[in-house]
Amino acid sequence: MKDIVFKEIDGGKPFYLLLGFIGFFVLAALGSAWYMEHNGHWVTGMNNQIVWGTPHVFAVFLIVAASGALNVASISSVFQKTAYKPLARLSGLLAIALLAGGLAILVLDLGRPDRLIVAMTYYNFKSIFAWNIILYIGFMAVVAIYLWMMMERKMNKFTRVAGFSAFIWRLILTTGTGSIFGFLVARQAYDTAILAPMFIIMSFAFGLAIFILVLLGIYKWSDRPLGDSILFRLKNLLGVFIGAVLYFVLTYHLTNLYITENHGVEQFILMDGGVYTKLFWIVQILLGSLLPLALLYHPSTGKSRGWIGIASLLVIIGGLAQMYVIIIGGQAYPMEMFPGKEVVSSFADGITGSYTPSLPEIILGMGGIAVALAATFVGVRVLRFLPSTLADDAVDPHYPAREAEASA
Amino acid sequence: MSEESNIDIYRRRFMSGTATAAAGLAVAPGVMLTEVARAKPADQAVSSDIRWGMLIDTNKCNEGCNDCVTACNEEHNLEGFGRPATDAQWIRKVTLKDKQTGNIQTLPMLCQHCEHPPCVDVCPTGASFKREDGIVLVDKHICIGCRYCMMACPYKARSFVHEKLQDQMPYSPRGKGTVESCTFCVHRVDEDILPACVVACKEENHNAITFGDMNDPDSEISQQLKQHSSRQVRADLELNTGVRYRGI
Amino acid sequence: MIKYSLITLLFSLLLGVYTPGTAADVASGEDTSGPFIPKAQRRFSEEQGCVEPTGEMRANHMEYILDQRDATVHEGIRTRQYSLQECINCHVSDAEDAPRVDNEEHFCSSCHTYAAVSIDCFQCHADRPVKSRFDSLSNSSMHRIGSAAVPPTTLDSEQLKVLSNEDFGNE
Repeated sequence: MKDIVFKEIDGGKPFYLLLGFIGFFVLAALGSAWYMEHNGHWVTGMNNQIVWGTPHVFAVFLIVAASGALNVASISSVFQKTAYKPLARLSGLLAIALLAGGLAILVLDLGRPDRLIVAMTYYNFKSIFAWNIILYIGFMAVVAIYLWMMMERKMNKFTRVAGFSAFIWRLILTTGTGSIFGFLVARQAYDTAILAPMFIIMSFAFGLAIFILVLLGIYKWSDRPLGDSILFRLKNLLGVFIGAVLYFVLTYHLTNLYITENHGVEQFILMDGGVYTKLFWIVQILLGSLLPLALLYHPSTGKSRGWIGIASLLVIIGGLAQMYVIIIGGQAYPMEMFPGKEVVSSFADGITGSYTPSLPEIILGMGGIAVALAATFVGVRVLRFLPSTLADDAVDPHYPAREAEASA
Repeated sequence: MSEESNIDIYRRRFMSGTATAAAGLAVAPGVMLTEVARAKPADQAVSSDIRWGMLIDTNKCNEGCNDCVTACNEEHNLEGFGRPATDAQWIRKVTLKDKQTGNIQTLPMLCQHCEHPPCVDVCPTGASFKREDGIVLVDKHICIGCRYCMMACPYKARSFVHEKLQDQMPYSPRGKGTVESCTFCVHRVDEDILPACVVACKEENHNAITFGDMNDPDSEISQQLKQHSSRQVRADLELNTGVRYRGI
Repeated sequence: MIKYSLITLLFSLLLGVYTPGTAADVASGEDTSGPFIPKAQRRFSEEQGCVEPTGEMRANHMEYILDQRDATVHEGIRTRQYSLQECINCHVSDAEDAPRVDNEEHFCSSCHTYAAVSIDCFQCHADRPVKSRFDSLSNSSMHRIGSAAVPPTTLDSEQLKVLSNEDFGNE
């Protein structure tokens, strides 16, 4: 295995065109946020029943994916798998970028985004949300230090320690994010400890899917060689993660199906929840889990870059659907205040909460993704995040052995 | 004296302090010393010696009557914008129909002023808080509008202000981008006056709502709670609510 | 020297606190270079116009309001001397066509616009005196907590002590 040479990607017209294209989405998102704040949230689909909407779907997805994107680096630094080492820097960069994108959405959706300073200075330490704010900021700092240890030759000896800290931090962070929902006693769909580990496993899948897509994209556009060996490792890992998410989803629903008081919410999500039921079965399970599994492990599609890319994209779409079902579906199901009674009121008690995503919310959510991508592309343009080659003979530690096997 | 509007009385008091204060007090003569001692002076902080609570007798709550809701809306200027999904509702009438027996009941739902309020637990900035006397409030000066408290409230008691407001009641400030809910009419309670919904219910002669100090064993509410069985909504959560119901 | 003051100027601009005119101007209250500040509706007492000397209020009104805000919201302390509501009652006209806070002729805006310091108060608080239903109810005994008639207690403990020492039955 040769020494890995990290190099900035080339600039030039195509790069700035791409950046301009992404920048357009960022600007549109800022416009949406201004529109929502100026008029008040009534112009969105959100209301007093569905208080968290599409922006939160994108934001939580990105935040969860951010910690997952760090996995590739963790595998290299913490678990000492040398094959992943060339990818570790991109992994760290993507983690920070995705988190920045998610947080941008979250902040711009606040009722009073002008009071961001209040959120930073007043803390209620019993609030898991307050802890998350600390965890997010800390994550950025820890990963930045980790990147510095990796990229500064003199500091390389600390890489493992920094990588280990970042790994522990990201586990706590995603536990915190899952607990934002897990700690809510009020609603039937939440109030369960399984959400925390489920969010961790979801982060593995979403983060890796985004990582694969970004890797494929950048190496294609910058004309750098990307070997099959590293890509196939990643896609096999993605398959394992998708299976693990499915396992957690199954356990979550089986538990609820066993407990009589939760039959209502299960009936809602799995059978008569309308859009939520469709999103669950068709997008999350079929398109977002089973189809990519088949694509990744099928002998022919599993070896095609195109199909691996499509499978990754499907995982992302399925992940967004899963977030939508958890966050919005969980709120849409009416609260059980009076068991055994039919409830009617002027405040939508006893009926499914109505919610239609509005355009500004969707644009704001897309803007978060755009922020993440822009930060990533600028990062790889100005700093040495990416190896000039990821060809098998350059980076695969088992390449000489395999080569010998093939020629024998 | 009685011709004078209350605002003018107050203004004179504000202008020249103690001297005219006595004149202001003259509205309600007699029984003063003992009673004055009971009421909280304006510069004294509320204490945990008192826990304000409300008992709602659903048997006396009239199905067609909406007076408590109207009174609340007037008191706090909760005029809607004709958009039911986003308009604020601090108190609402709820009709219950038993799935087995078909029995129908009606009752007002509002912030339950829990002893262990989930909204206070989850609030990242501490804007949701519980006063010493048990009243759960939002400090809108530090509310960032994240709506996590609305996710956490098991009673759906909170509303988010979805649009720009003007001419709010001086004692009930509310504004776009912050979360709000029933305050137990804290501005009245601090001056020893019953909440608007309770008054409205009394005025209609329904007397379905009793308000008082649950820590005082002699108060009307404590006596009633002692004599009759009552329930907390979602008692399984052990939140020890400040609002109790009879007849459900 | 010029360089030095330029740096100071830039620095003050950065902090958003730069106001032309000196402290002496502000204290004298007769500066012609400053903004036009509408007159209050009445005086606080014979001796002084506002609840503290004018210079003190100009410099530190936000401290008084902030302290009062926390005391009122969190502790239920409802003395009126430093409450924002009283600022508005006295400094803003209750006439229909009185200027609102988005107008530079509003008492608060007159200075805040001039000093380019934004105010957040009136997103939630009324920017002019509002007459409320509650005020007219306060005297009726049937609305008191408990059965007995109790007078309104907008008085602080000092005033109550004075009262209880007086034979006000003869008042």
